[in-house]
Amino acid sequence: MKALRYLALWVSAGLFLVPFYLIVRNGLALESEITATSWTLFPASFHWENFTELFSDPAVPMVRSMVNSLVVAVLQTVGQLLFCSLAGYGLARIPYRYSNVVFYAVVATLMIPAAVTFVPTFVVVSTLGWVSDLRGLVIPGLFSGFTAFLFRQYFLNFPHELEEAARIDGLGHWGTFWRIVVPNSRGFFAALGVISFVTSWNQFLWPLVIAQDQDAWTVQVALSTFLTAQSLNVHELFLAAAVSITPLVIVFVALQRFLVRGVTETGIKG
Amino acid sequence: MRHSRAFWLFVGPFTAGLAIFVYLPIGWSVLLSFFDARNTVTPSTFVGFANYADMLTDASFLRSLGTFSLFALFVVPLTFVLALALALLVNGIRSMQAFFRSVFFMPFACSYVVASLVWKLSIFNGVRFGLANTVLGWFGAEPIAWTVSTSPPWYWLVLVTLRLWLQLGFYMILFIAGLQRIPRVLYEAASIDGASSGWQTLRFITLPQLRTTSVAVLLLLLVAAYQAFDEFYNVLGAGPFGRPPLLYLYNIALGSGGQDFGHGSAGAVILTLLIAGVTLAHGKVFAR
Repeated sequence: MKALRYLALWVSAGLFLVPFYLIVRNGLALESEITATSWTLFPASFHWENFTELFSDPAVPMVRSMVNSLVVAVLQTVGQLLFCSLAGYGLARIPYRYSNVVFYAVVATLMIPAAVTFVPTFVVVSTLGWVSDLRGLVIPGLFSGFTAFLFRQYFLNFPHELEEAARIDGLGHWGTFWRIVVPNSRGFFAALGVISFVTSWNQFLWPLVIAQDQDAWTVQVALSTFLTAQSLNVHELFLAAAVSITPLVIVFVALQRFLVRGVTETGIKG
Repeated sequence: MRHSRAFWLFVGPFTAGLAIFVYLPIGWSVLLSFFDARNTVTPSTFVGFANYADMLTDASFLRSLGTFSLFALFVVPLTFVLALALALLVNGIRSMQAFFRSVFFMPFACSYVVASLVWKLSIFNGVRFGLANTVLGWFGAEPIAWTVSTSPPWYWLVLVTLRLWLQLGFYMILFIAGLQRIPRVLYEAASIDGASSGWQTLRFITLPQLRTTSVAVLLLLLVAAYQAFDEFYNVLGAGPFGRPPLLYLYNIALGSGGQDFGHGSAGAVILTLLIAGVTLAHGKVFAR
């Protein structure tokens, strides 16, 4: 029974790793080794010079699109944490007559997935003149009702005693939040931040809609363009894919603990 | 008075953003849906419900809703059952738990674009050297044109396995968290009461205790399937088949079909109402 369990796990693990292997295998292979009529699991040798080819190919804005993705993901993570944590704290802790009205306005947006409203959001953003612009890529994604809601739920359970001690020391809401609440909530911020970073890095539909000029492409848009147009050597495409997931693999290895917590927080409370 | 200033200091920036980037677009879109808005966002020709009537009789749009339903019908139950199975397997072992959990969760690091690339060009490549066809070849089977043929519609196998690979780990983590919240005493009590088989404890303790998690997972899966876009766009392109609703809206409002914001908005409103309806119905059915 126990052996069967491990067998099932090993077989599944093998299947789950195959696509990762294929990305590396094809990325470091010769073009002929990918399209050969007799495909082999292991290429004759790894061609590390493919890296030079990819990064020196003037048709592929690899560095530019990676930088774009990084800037967008970092700004979105920081901005979302900032705006949503402030809103969540205000809703959880500051008594105000219309607090409930605002809270319902936030909760109502949870029923409308952002992806569905991309056409009208594009209309607004293009009116602002933010097409193919960093502002257009970043700003509309900052105001997540869901993240604000999660922060509110979290702050509702934040220990009152800590805040009262700060109050006695003469801190207002603002001072209490920054000096006491945030430093004592690092784990929660990290958990939501990691999820936000991964989601932002991997998002595709909005950047596809808004980043129309090649200079504004994120790495996902770049990959997709070359994939659907089939305008690039296959090994270059796979190597580009390998490069594009490297930052997230690092995040996964370094921040696994927060990531798992983030998944549980964002998943269950939804 | 002091409270109201502090409140808006905290909540104001977020509320302003929400108003501009969520409520304004939705309102504008509802407005546009009643106008003839081709290539313009400030239309003047009021057409009443004509855009809605067009969309609801538009065979392509209705087919895209059908596409979604079919897709959800496969991918929701499959993900649910397999993620639960993985969670039970991983949670039930003593050693190497962290290793297996990491492996199954790893695909979450990949975007749908990257997965589409691997699935389309390597695993399910229609020519003989694709991995799937190579494996079929070992058994003497003919190569299959996975993503370009509708009869039989093999492309569903491509799309469903792709999404399974990407999202199983995420839901497995949710189930593991749920499993770890189940009090151990329940299992001890069950074994004293003579529930010997693993099947009995699963049926009478584990599954009922996982109820909250299961409800959340089902809803997340449904909403996620509704929003399917990335893999359809990247694997199938703007082809005539296998087109989910978002891809159809993308085509008429922003793609090669010209900028028809009137019909695009009407479609978005219909889709939003449908998703909100599903969410509410789900809440009603499972609320206890």
